[in-house]
Amino acid sequence: MKNPKKLRLSLRRREELLGYLFTLPFTVGFVLMFLYPFIQSIIFSLSHLEISATGYNLLSVGLKNYHQALFINADYPRHLFETVVAMVRDVPLILIFSFFAAILLNQKFRGRLLARVIFFLPVILGADIILQMESADYMTALLDGTVDQQMLGFVSRGELRELLMHLKLPDVLLLYIIQGSERLAEIIRASGIQILIFLAGLQSIPDSLYEVAEIEGATGWEKFWKITLPLLSPLILTCVIYSIVDFFTSPTNPLVAFIDSHAFGGAGYGVSMAMSWVYFLLVAVVLGVVGAILSRRVFYMD
Amino acid sequence: MNTRRLQRLTWSLIRGMIVISICFVILRPVLTKLASSFMTEWDIWDQTVRWVPRSFSLENYRAMFEFMRYPQAALNSLLFSFTIATAQLVSCTIVGYGFARFRFRGSSFLFGLVIFTLLVPPQIIVLPLYLNFRFFTIWGLLPEPGLDLIGTFWPFVLMALSATGLKNGLFIYILRQFFKNMPKSLEEAAYIDGAGSFKTFLTVMLPGAIPALVIVFLFAFVWQWNDYFFTSIFMRNGTMLAHTLDIAAESYAHAMGTTLTGQYISLLNNTGMLMFIAPLLLLYAVMQRYFVESVERTGIIG
Repeated sequence: MKNPKKLRLSLRRREELLGYLFTLPFTVGFVLMFLYPFIQSIIFSLSHLEISATGYNLLSVGLKNYHQALFINADYPRHLFETVVAMVRDVPLILIFSFFAAILLNQKFRGRLLARVIFFLPVILGADIILQMESADYMTALLDGTVDQQMLGFVSRGELRELLMHLKLPDVLLLYIIQGSERLAEIIRASGIQILIFLAGLQSIPDSLYEVAEIEGATGWEKFWKITLPLLSPLILTCVIYSIVDFFTSPTNPLVAFIDSHAFGGAGYGVSMAMSWVYFLLVAVVLGVVGAILSRRVFYMD
Repeated sequence: MNTRRLQRLTWSLIRGMIVISICFVILRPVLTKLASSFMTEWDIWDQTVRWVPRSFSLENYRAMFEFMRYPQAALNSLLFSFTIATAQLVSCTIVGYGFARFRFRGSSFLFGLVIFTLLVPPQIIVLPLYLNFRFFTIWGLLPEPGLDLIGTFWPFVLMALSATGLKNGLFIYILRQFFKNMPKSLEEAAYIDGAGSFKTFLTVMLPGAIPALVIVFLFAFVWQWNDYFFTSIFMRNGTMLAHTLDIAAESYAHAMGTTLTGQYISLLNNTGMLMFIAPLLLLYAVMQRYFVESVERTGIIG
């Protein structure tokens, strides 16, 4: 109590020290288990790598691996392009679906707990090995195939198509929705975490806001556009980023499988590292662009 | 008033149909596996059989139980996932708390690095990591060839303890968010009562954070159980369930001395996949109420 100013300063210093101490595991792990291999991978992508029983040798080859990946390999650029197109096609669907599902699950109805348990199930069941085996599986193709032809839940595909025709939507949109409905199972599977995030967000919106709006005479439609959507917009950004990353790193993504088969299949580690790096830079550019566009539209309450 | 009730009734009907349809789409892969697990090859060729087999049999289960080396492999997977998930939970909780409660220079930069680890595809760092563990010199402390950690638990333990394991960035994020939302007065009361920072963390903050800890542990356990990418590279001849599942049908054919038809392999694989996800389903069934409630209270919010 002699010198309050000094005491406060030392408290401040103590807090800093504790902060460094608590986050130390990550700092150490980041440097050794992430940054170090991360830098090594840059070097590997510029080298020819040979592994023997006693160690590995690096021979610098400059940009040859990148040249090999981009201009000599026949499949890589095509895979790269297709992956980005598939991402642009799927992420909006995943987002719309998970938003919609979260709003459904937030309403009160009988069996809501069971519905939530089932909706989160894909988070548990999405093992790489299961997805890989299913994609080549006879019975899955047989049973799911017959179901798919017959119906999507209750509405048959033909009926859906006819209904959409009547709505006189533009052809591009029509095609997009129909193709999306054909991949409904995949979309739903990729939405587990996003539903979780949106649901948690919906529950954090204070009821008083809706009550005030009701007193002022707002309709459900207005409440959605003026309250729900703006308050959830930061989460939309989070979910978009999560969906993009999840899509790009998913083991069922053909490009990831393609790169993996190069790394441990003997076509040259250097080339596969170069492929990974081109891919990563592309992902970074996509994330940067999307993040920059969306973050300008995000609304923060405080 | 009557039209209002009619409206509400119509909506709850439509909502029921939508929810049931989506649940069906999610559950379909599980139903497919369940149906095929009881089939014999005759049922595949029998045109009248779709979902319910005519010649009900447990032979698939018997075969997969033996060739997946089920009791041993399941125990291995269980012990492994439990250990790693616990280590990840401990490290991520400490780090998450550090980010949530202490202000120190560079904390937002360091937290940016946490998010960065999530955005980089694992393909980039997996090969250098593999080489570092294959010739493990504790980053230069041991003489050259070093220890060979491939095929052991150590790579996973080291990564889990340093909060750089599978999706650990996400766990740090969730826990930081949760600790941030806990009232500061709790800690201040503990400090006034004379508890130190570590004691406060252990006796006041941790018990209050149980909902978030449950979610993180469940995620960590499930993702470790499901992981095939890292385990197949760091433990090539591993005896985890994912490995034995991958080759079980093949080794069955080998033991029988015949080649199996693709259809029969599919039945075996479906049975195996069901046996692979069964423990997870059980775990989820036990924890679901807690899990779904935790989601509401943790508010994984951006």
